[in-house]
Amino acid sequence: MTRTQRRRAIHWSLYALFILLVIAAIALADWPAIADNFFLLDGIAETWPTMLLIGAKNTILYTIISFTGGFVFALVLVLMKLAPVAPFRWLATAYIELFRGLPALIVILFMAFGVPIAFGWRAPGGPVGAGLLALMMVAAAYLAETLRAGIEAVPPGQIEAARSLGMSPAQTMVQVTLPQALRIVLPPLTNELVILIKDTSLLFVIGIAASEKELTIFARDMMSSGPTAGTATSLTMAAVFYLAITLPLTRIVSRMERKRGGSR
Amino acid sequence: MSRTNTHKPLHPTQEMDPVAPAIEVRGLHKSFGDKKVLTGIDFHVDHGQVVCVIGPSGSGKSTLLRCVNRLEEPTSGQVLIEGIDITDPETELDRVRSRIGMVFQGFNLFSHLDVMENLVLAQRKVLGRSKEDARKVAQANLDRVGLGERGQAMPSQLSGGQQQRVAIARALSMEPDMMLFDEPTSALDPELVGDVLGVMRELAAEGMTMMVVTHEMGFAREVGDKLVFMADGVIVEEGDPATVLADPQHKRTKDFLSRVL
Repeated sequence: MTRTQRRRAIHWSLYALFILLVIAAIALADWPAIADNFFLLDGIAETWPTMLLIGAKNTILYTIISFTGGFVFALVLVLMKLAPVAPFRWLATAYIELFRGLPALIVILFMAFGVPIAFGWRAPGGPVGAGLLALMMVAAAYLAETLRAGIEAVPPGQIEAARSLGMSPAQTMVQVTLPQALRIVLPPLTNELVILIKDTSLLFVIGIAASEKELTIFARDMMSSGPTAGTATSLTMAAVFYLAITLPLTRIVSRMERKRGGSR
Repeated sequence: MSRTNTHKPLHPTQEMDPVAPAIEVRGLHKSFGDKKVLTGIDFHVDHGQVVCVIGPSGSGKSTLLRCVNRLEEPTSGQVLIEGIDITDPETELDRVRSRIGMVFQGFNLFSHLDVMENLVLAQRKVLGRSKEDARKVAQANLDRVGLGERGQAMPSQLSGGQQQRVAIARALSMEPDMMLFDEPTSALDPELVGDVLGVMRELAAEGMTMMVVTHEMGFAREVGDKLVFMADGVIVEEGDPATVLADPQHKRTKDFLSRVL
């Protein structure tokens, strides 16, 4: 047997093994049990519109709010971190280290329960408002580090060119550095957006009204009541909704990246 | 950003002096940490003069050029632009810089903007020109460097020689009093050097004040009014380009020229 033939034989036997495993899995699976527990079709037909209009809508809404807020806050942190005044740098570094080091869940609990007790201050929007504020604060810490990496990756010649034309440091930052930094960090930024979409599920720890439920809470509550009660069907539905949000998002961004790559 | 920006004085007390040299450098020292790069530079560029600076790499010639618009902060000494000391903290540095065009070895076109936007940005933000005016000036300068048709191109779609000509057009769009060139052809493929030197030749012929750090001895001889030879952070020799190139007085100049010519 020549080397090519041997390689081809190994190749095809791996394919055969894979197909065998799939057939075995299909044959051995208890399909009625799976259907009863994960795909209760009647229940799905009955409940998916409300899940979309309340759960999915709130997940998207919470993500947009906490990402936008976190992004703006992150910009402030980055400018502080790059500031010539040392105390600003210390403050930003301390904040970033603190909030990257804490689980988001702890921050949510702090904001929703700790802060009202300790300071008598309640975030606008009730418990959800407090939870979103917590998500913003955590997201800001991560986004700030990403943005800083992007800003530092902008070639120094770009900044020198802007300054040599007479642009001020602020104009240079807004017109040249930030636009280029954002292009550079578009992939990690998307990553953080996707993480944030999933992190909105952490809001389940705070009690919230029926109309404020996001996908995970919605699905969890449907496990104990309604037409899909007692099964994991609602979780399957939530999973499909999450993927329906995250997959197109990552596809759009990778297309944007390819387009940009083409014009480089 | 405001339109009145252009009318702000360059310095609160110092006046522009029409008879002062365009660029004057006095006792300039520059160190990076312990490393002394410039150790006492005195020289000047008169209005309308083309001064070429040559020298081995590491001689400090690029650092000197970058001190002239304070992209590099001088450690000590003075840099006067049309009689105004730009090392003085009171000087409106951004305003002074807007009158000094600079062309870099690596082109440094804004990679996120197309050619036209590259030329328009600083005209709008620094000079406060309207979009229409800025585009008009930009188009005229693109035509001048022979790239009038490429306004919509992204920098990455252009050859190095084209990018460098756009960079020159970008600097010219600010209608500067003088131009600094930092090894403008060193990053170019040999066949692209000619186009860029051609544009620079035209500029010189039009009477632009130019300070050019270069390895192009032919350009220095034909276009330069003065040649400055630097080594180890000092000016070793300066004078009429043809004379310096044909009959260098110092051993270091002779050694350098015998290696490059």
